Amino acid sequence: MATTVERPAARGQVEPARRRPPKRSPLAKREDRAGWLFVSPWVLGFLIFTAGPMIASLVLSFTDYQMIQTPRVVGLDNYRELFDDPRVLKSLSNTFVYAAMFVPLGTIFALALAMMLQRVGKAGGFFRTAFYLPEMTPAVAAAAMFLLLLNGQQGLVNKVLGWFGINGPNWTADPNWLKPSLAAVSLWTVGGTVIIYLAALNGVPKQLYEAAELDGAGPVTRFFRITVPMISGALFFTVITHTIASMQMFDQAYTMFYGPQQKATASDESLVYMVYLFQNAFQFFKMGFASAMAWLLFVIIMAITFLQVRIGNRYVYYHGER
Amino acid sequence: MKHLRLPVVLVAGTLVLSACAGVGNKSDSGGSDGQASADSTPSGTLKVMGLGGEDEVGLARMTAFKTAFPGVTVQNNKGDFDAQQFLTAVSSGNPPDAVYMGRNLIGTYAAKGAIQPLDDCIKNSGIDTTQYREAAMNEVKLKDKIYGIPEFYTVSTNLISETALKSAGVPVSDIQTTDWDKLEATAKQLYKAKNGRPARIGYDPKMPDFFPLWAMANGAEIIKPDGSPNLNDPKAVEALQFTIKLINAQGGWSNFKTFRDTFDLFGEKNQFTKDQLAAFPIENWYVNVLRDARANGLKLQSTPFTDRQGQPISTIGGSAWVIPKGAKNPNAACQWAKTLTAKETWLKAAEARMQTVAKDKSFFTGLFTGNKQADEEIKAKYLKPSGDAGFDAAIKNYYDVLDKAKSLNPSAAGAEIDAAWKSAVGKALAGSATPQAALDQAQSEAKTAFDKASQG
Repeated sequence: MATTVERPAARGQVEPARRRPPKRSPLAKREDRAGWLFVSPWVLGFLIFTAGPMIASLVLSFTDYQMIQTPRVVGLDNYRELFDDPRVLKSLSNTFVYAAMFVPLGTIFALALAMMLQRVGKAGGFFRTAFYLPEMTPAVAAAAMFLLLLNGQQGLVNKVLGWFGINGPNWTADPNWLKPSLAAVSLWTVGGTVIIYLAALNGVPKQLYEAAELDGAGPVTRFFRITVPMISGALFFTVITHTIASMQMFDQAYTMFYGPQQKATASDESLVYMVYLFQNAFQFFKMGFASAMAWLLFVIIMAITFLQVRIGNRYVYYHGER
Repeated sequence: MKHLRLPVVLVAGTLVLSACAGVGNKSDSGGSDGQASADSTPSGTLKVMGLGGEDEVGLARMTAFKTAFPGVTVQNNKGDFDAQQFLTAVSSGNPPDAVYMGRNLIGTYAAKGAIQPLDDCIKNSGIDTTQYREAAMNEVKLKDKIYGIPEFYTVSTNLISETALKSAGVPVSDIQTTDWDKLEATAKQLYKAKNGRPARIGYDPKMPDFFPLWAMANGAEIIKPDGSPNLNDPKAVEALQFTIKLINAQGGWSNFKTFRDTFDLFGEKNQFTKDQLAAFPIENWYVNVLRDARANGLKLQSTPFTDRQGQPISTIGGSAWVIPKGAKNPNAACQWAKTLTAKETWLKAAEARMQTVAKDKSFFTGLFTGNKQADEEIKAKYLKPSGDAGFDAAIKNYYDVLDKAKSLNPSAAGAEIDAAWKSAVGKALAGSATPQAALDQAQSEAKTAFDKASQG
């Protein structure tokens, strides 16, 4: 264990303690080695498949790289072009709008499902599986299925709305409804979030509810004064991960509007950032520009996450901190 | 942690170097080294990419190659052409040998050096390029070099539901694209709505995909012969304005597209048999699809798609075989492209198709190969009256337009031009921008891309 040798200081003098590196036992060293051995697959995977490409893409973002020829250094040209290309701004704003719809909607929807699951008793296992199963569906298959479900004329969604006298929109053709339809499709995959919320809800002490009930608190008060604060850690985590995932959304938008089956795009209203990045990289051979786009998105995501953390830290309650 | 710093630095450094090496160590020559010499017999493994479906026509031609070159092992990575897969394969220095891609992509890939010029392959293998249709050959050329061996040739004509026309009292001759005002009136007459939404489209101009055809019908080439974009040509703008007007007269874009998305295009209960559509221009492969729908009451009619002077016209589509830069077995790839597109091979494919037709107790709807000699011999040998006058008229219209069809000029910025006009037409259809403004912006974007691509 660590030891510190201190000499008595002379009167009036404060001598800083001199520290010697702790002498580590052979067992501790063996444990260290074993630890590194265990995490080495992850570390190697990270270096090879994440850090390596990230560094490469940063380097490429300062080049004109068309994938076939040798990259040619162009300095900040790609970054300047980001601000000159109207479709970068358009795709970015589309992505923000989509994220602004999906993140709150997904959070509320998942929380509602989790609260329902908490109350179903013995059937909980079945419903947990049922809610999680869509998570296993490939995004492309889900998007193709939703193209049928969301058809304005014959889709099931509008038929159901019709039972309530609601004349549903043309989800996949009306430019005003393209982003809401993408957000609706993304709700299909909130199963994982439901499970996280369910675990968090089960961790809320029952005594708090009993005490609140004795004090005359109604269900709404109990929800906002007990449930939400007590699961705020889980809510905070999922809001951040949903935001990051929303900013990187690709599969659904590509399959529904830009894939091989869609010979022409529906409208620029469905052009999300990652789709435009993909087009630049693999259709227009502008890998350097696409790399710059990726780094712009990285910076934006970092900024949003930083902001969320700063705000979240004021309100989030962690059990372990008490 | 201290003792791990050096290895981490080494690994990271190696990664950066290897990443840079991975993108920069290839030769830029794009030459055609190793392409077939006159007397060479290919051997080894031939890796093929992009050849998706293997119907009897495809299988018969592959068999022809394997019979002719038993020393070659063909590895077909089944699946349609995938730009990402292809580019990463080429970039990593491990490309396939023969790639099947749409001819509209060739200009871009050639300009970027992703595919090799095939002039040596053609010369050394004795490929007679005059056997291919001129418009198809035009699509595989860039700056006087040939980058692909063309196959298949899609052209368009109007297909019509006789049932829909009879119910509205419209004669077949009224389905025409010469007189646009009259076409609009006819479309309105055939259009049916229910609860404010389309119940039958009278005439579907097939926008946005067929924008180049409508521009051509109005006398505009959206890509100039030098490959530069011409998207906001007044004639192209006028064509877009008309098609939007036509769609607005039939429910408006949002309703129109939504309804059209419900069509079971490939099913026996398709839009014609369900009386959801009266007429539309469509490519020749579709008549083969419709054949089975006769059992469900389909009564087909057809008229040619014409320009405004009344001359039948069509844009063309189709694919080509290309050899990527760095292909390991270009000799075999060259022989593959030659064999699969040769007249004799197409005749074998037609024979296989006839066997399927006989088995299905149906009839032959033509085979449009891109090889002029093959088309003519197949037509003469196998195309007989089907007993269905409507189908016969449709098949005849397709054959009649083959020699008149024109390609879009290839361009070094073909992909960007394509994306620009599609985006513009999408915006104009959705009403987000006027046709003029949308095409002006598209022209500006496409021109920037073209100028950059032309500078290399």
